Amino acid sequence: MDIPYFPGCSLKSNTRYFEDSAREFFAELGINLVELPEWNCCGTVYSLTTDDIMRHIASVRNLVHAQELGKKLGTNKLMTLCAMCYNTLAQVNALARSRPDDLKTANEFIDDLPDYEAQVEVVHALSYLNDNVSFEKIAKLAKRKLNGLRVAPYYGCLLVRPEHVKIDDREKPALMPKLFGLLGATVVDFPYSVECCGSYHTVNMKDVVVEKTRTIIASARENGADAIVLSCPLCEFNLDERQKDVRMKYPGFETMPVFYFTELLALAMGKKINMGAHYVSPENVLKKYGLV
Amino acid sequence: MELKEDEIAKREEFTRRVEELSGQNIFACYQCGRCSAGCPMVSKMDAIPSMIMRLLQFGDMRVLEKNTCWVCASCYTCDVRCPKGIDIAKVMEALRQIKLRTNINNIDIGKIEGIEELPQIALIANFRKNTG
Amino acid sequence: MEENKEKTIKVYIMGKEHQVPEGLTIMKAIEYAGYKLVRGAGCRAGFCGACATVYRKANEYKLRVALACQTLAEDGMYLTEIPFVPANKAKYELEKIKPSPNIILQSYPEVARCVACNTCTKSCPQDLKVMDYIQAMKRGDIARAAELSFDCVQCGLCAARCPAEIVHYHAAQLARRVYGKYLAKPSPNLEKRIKEIEEGKYDEEIKRLKSMGLEEMKKRYMEQQKNAEKEEA
Repeated sequence: MDIPYFPGCSLKSNTRYFEDSAREFFAELGINLVELPEWNCCGTVYSLTTDDIMRHIASVRNLVHAQELGKKLGTNKLMTLCAMCYNTLAQVNALARSRPDDLKTANEFIDDLPDYEAQVEVVHALSYLNDNVSFEKIAKLAKRKLNGLRVAPYYGCLLVRPEHVKIDDREKPALMPKLFGLLGATVVDFPYSVECCGSYHTVNMKDVVVEKTRTIIASARENGADAIVLSCPLCEFNLDERQKDVRMKYPGFETMPVFYFTELLALAMGKKINMGAHYVSPENVLKKYGLV
Repeated sequence: MELKEDEIAKREEFTRRVEELSGQNIFACYQCGRCSAGCPMVSKMDAIPSMIMRLLQFGDMRVLEKNTCWVCASCYTCDVRCPKGIDIAKVMEALRQIKLRTNINNIDIGKIEGIEELPQIALIANFRKNTG
Repeated sequence: MEENKEKTIKVYIMGKEHQVPEGLTIMKAIEYAGYKLVRGAGCRAGFCGACATVYRKANEYKLRVALACQTLAEDGMYLTEIPFVPANKAKYELEKIKPSPNIILQSYPEVARCVACNTCTKSCPQDLKVMDYIQAMKRGDIARAAELSFDCVQCGLCAARCPAEIVHYHAAQLARRVYGKYLAKPSPNLEKRIKEIEEGKYDEEIKRLKSMGLEEMKKRYMEQQKNAEKEEA
């Protein structure tokens, strides 16, 4: 089955393993992620002023490409993996549906593409798997159990906020816990699952992110987790690569590997983890649970 | 302290402008403090989110001198917890835009330390919020 | 004898109305009107990018672009040349650069500000896919950026109109350099030729060419052209 897919910039460059593991996993379900033939950066963060149309243009362009590809494939869904891309595209889509005047202006401005008709449905892979495949089916198709891997699902901000685009409960999200529970992992609940990682402050206010990373990882460890699982390349950079800066500031800090959810799904399907792609190597943890 | 008429007009215009850019009713806030309680960046702010809302209700332009809107990470936690349904993240964006639209950026993109290790996603998101 | 009156058209050069003969390029029309182009004229062959022109047609809001030496002047054109666009050029040492997905952003961080408005593409007199190559750079796809920007003449119009204040062609130049140095397959023929040159294989021939007179050179050139045309036929 073919489904239009928007990768976003990160998944095509520095977090290629997010997409690679997703493709490996989806292939087991007979689902082919068809990348949009043309696409551009979605803008990563949704512009929040009421009068801004220019900063939505990038996302509208992508929605038009999704619309046109969807017509060929017979679907109106657009699949995303990156939480920031999901959030931006979903919010722009909601705007296109609720403000037809703004949509009209955007359509007129984009004079090299067909008009956007506001019929595309932007879906994040987790909700797609829950609504259209079912977690139980995935568990049945799994080729190995996750052997009780103690993992803490980290949602961050943009999958559960704002209200009109969230894919899961905003205080106590249940999708990743259910999915990985069914796959045989031991899901660890901890209080920072929906706490902001510091996001783009990693550029010019690095210390804020260092503190957040330390708090989040330490809390996960305190609650018994051996690994974090998430869905956002920026959260991954902050929670994985920035552990280097946490260690420099706090020499006793114990590092913890960070997985994209598709990596664990691919692992459950018998595929291998790309060890070198991670900053904090997951090898020891995976060995501990017999998952190498 | 008594305000002169033209000062009141300026303050009213400022609040009106923030309301226009954010699409939010500033006067709906009844100072419950839930936004500040849930804000993940509050410890680095000069003025906490609920204080910004209060100052805006008085049209106090000193909000533009606080670092609040720049420390804000647009995480929407305040949005989803406000009992009056005020989109405080949009109010923060309005404050940022008021500054940025005068052609003054919040960061110098040419002077970013450690840019070699930063992924594009971080730079793009950061520049969207910190530059005009 | 009857005077053969040429048909003339009206063009507005920097706001001033001029009658110029029909059939001239914009550049010739500007010079016919009496202006001397000190900047804004170069190769006169559509290659150097010096004569970037913006214009509007009568009763149209649309802003159009052209290279003055390559475009015919039309009746009612309201035009000016943009002889110079200030553009920062980052300092980098190609030998020391490590190709990585954000290599362009390191030298030109403003590329991250692109909002995909497509104004640059609309401003390109060469019809290049400018926004597409900027997006490729954002994504870290250096090869695609190098490919799409190859025919750029660096006229400056994209940079002049970009709301994100990007200088597209300088970033593209870096992309092409990184691509050529680190990503493209090395050409065995190029290496062979460089070796031959260093070994002095062509020294004799070059000395001969240099000492040839102008007449002899002209004769040989015309002969070569004739032979080439014969081969094509």
